[in-house]
Amino acid sequence: MGDLTNLLDGFANVVTPTNLLLALVGVIVGTAVGVLPGIGPAMTVALLLPITFGMGPTQALIMFAGIFYGGMYGGSTTSILLNTPGESSSVVTAIEGNRMAKAGRAAQALATAAIGSFVAGTIGTLLLVLVTPVVVTFAISLGPPDYLAMIVLAFIAVTAVLGSSRVRGFAALLLGLVIGVIGIDKVTGQQRLTLGMPLLADGIDVVVVAVGIFAVGEALWVAAHLRRVKSQVIPVGQPWLSRQDWRRSWKPWLRGTALGFPFGALPVGGAEIPTFLSYVTERKLTKHPEEFGRGAIEGVAGPEAANNASAAGTLVPMLAIGLPTNATAAMMLLAFQSYGIQPGPLLFQRESTLVWTLIASLFVGNLLLLVLNLPLAPAWAKLLRIPRPYLYAGILFFASMGAYAVNAQPFDLFLLAILGLLGFGMRRFGLPVLPLIVGVILGPIAERQGRMALQLSGGDASGLIGGPVSFVVYALVALILIWPLLRKVVARPREPSRV
Amino acid sequence: MTSQQNTTERSEDRAQYGVCAFLALLGVAVIVDASRLGEVTSSNDPIGPRPVPIILGVLLLVVAVVYAVDVARGGRGEEEHGEDIDLNIPASWRTVALLVAVFVANALLIDWLGWVISGSLLFWGSAIVLGSRRYVTGLAIAIILSLVTFYAFAIGLGVSLPAGVLQGIL
Repeated sequence: MGDLTNLLDGFANVVTPTNLLLALVGVIVGTAVGVLPGIGPAMTVALLLPITFGMGPTQALIMFAGIFYGGMYGGSTTSILLNTPGESSSVVTAIEGNRMAKAGRAAQALATAAIGSFVAGTIGTLLLVLVTPVVVTFAISLGPPDYLAMIVLAFIAVTAVLGSSRVRGFAALLLGLVIGVIGIDKVTGQQRLTLGMPLLADGIDVVVVAVGIFAVGEALWVAAHLRRVKSQVIPVGQPWLSRQDWRRSWKPWLRGTALGFPFGALPVGGAEIPTFLSYVTERKLTKHPEEFGRGAIEGVAGPEAANNASAAGTLVPMLAIGLPTNATAAMMLLAFQSYGIQPGPLLFQRESTLVWTLIASLFVGNLLLLVLNLPLAPAWAKLLRIPRPYLYAGILFFASMGAYAVNAQPFDLFLLAILGLLGFGMRRFGLPVLPLIVGVILGPIAERQGRMALQLSGGDASGLIGGPVSFVVYALVALILIWPLLRKVVARPREPSRV
Repeated sequence: MTSQQNTTERSEDRAQYGVCAFLALLGVAVIVDASRLGEVTSSNDPIGPRPVPIILGVLLLVVAVVYAVDVARGGRGEEEHGEDIDLNIPASWRTVALLVAVFVANALLIDWLGWVISGSLLFWGSAIVLGSRRYVTGLAIAIILSLVTFYAFAIGLGVSLPAGVLQGIL
């Protein structure tokens, strides 16, 4: 297989002193920022995206591979030690993880999370290497209508499957799509929604939107409700695992990986379902059922592995089709786009070296993460004690720096303030932010594909609907949309499951 | 969980109608803007730039109505939880307004004063607004942070940050 050679070339590209240093910096910065309370992996990538603007794409992506896994791991540290997960995907980890920490087993919880993340990340990245080329072979035959269908599926998936209220999800998606329309229409040169402002003619940069909604919105929202009581941070020693902990952890790691990767790789995936499934599975299979609810190591090992494997899985549709299915993948897609590179099936032909270098650096970053995090865990835990005024002032500081760096114009900072207020309002009213971000990123692509499809069919509306692939995809969309109705019909009387 | 009890006890959240109104107004604005566009179609582009915003505008209106119905039937969005968030205390609008003011001040001053000064003011001001009372420490951190970011990112990594009045000194 040529892929193996490509991957080895990728490793050769990463293993230069400069690039290894970049990967190391990425892992450290990613973990450090990810550990900070209130900052999840997606915000970590969004905040750190602008600092790579001066680098070449290869260097930037090597660093981002580190930031990606570092941010993921940092988030789980926070949820274990503080019990208030910043990301919905770490909710499950927090259940048993925090109880372990309270029972004086914080070190073991962090160790099983770190090693589990490493195992899941490595297997997940291996699967990524195996699966992505297959998806690419399939995706390369797709035409504009098929793409349009898949983007519609991604829209519906992030709004209707994740999150609790569909109408709020759709509201957020539409806001994102409208933001995506702002600017000059690429085909006709007409200005849309620019309010006559020349600075809006190029549209609003997605980085500014992401930083505004994730970082500024979050900082403002927390500022309005800042907890006056200091939260309890549990002290940790050196993470280690006893023989028995190993014996109890390794199977959950593998099972978690097996659950996480496929869910991540599906366009309707996400990490919430597999982490939850993994938790339920481990609770059923454990030989120590009495410990569940009081800090069972299996309950940390499984979901944490599922979380990381699903993160690796989300890179499959992101790289092969250009579809992000969670916020972090959306930010990685953005990292590509900011270099004028569009992920999708052609990526592997046009930017072969770049992709394989990225994949190789995912392996390297994952290893560095393990090597760093076991000894550094106590230091990361200290970061949780950072005084909150400094923490949120720092978020605003870095958000401003990043947004300014995009175009070097103060106008973006005003946009950032407006978007921050929008993010604040969305948090207040329970509108999910992911559909908005996905809408901004994919909306313009959807419009382009749709118009291309109509161009190919000479304006005939049937061109929009396309062929067999898009039929299947639209059938899925329809299924997701009518699922709540179906569930009512199919619903069997069942005990309400409690977690 | 006390916070959940409070959520159910709190009376219905009427401010949500404001969100519906906002969505509806945005929908109308998007449609008006689109209808102002010239009818530009060609064989290359059979539909032109208008249909997409018009569809979005209509969908916004539909969502606004469905949302309003949901609110009328007692639906409410769940406010976001977080590590440092205490939803039991009423929102402090003063903090938010002051933060936005500090933020906008940075936007106004950044090109003139440069990132090192305006960024320091941004950090220091935000920290004070957020309740920090160690003014000197805060200022010291602010200055160190903006100097470090300026040298590391602007000079080291080629990120564009303005030097402003300190041009030539830094």
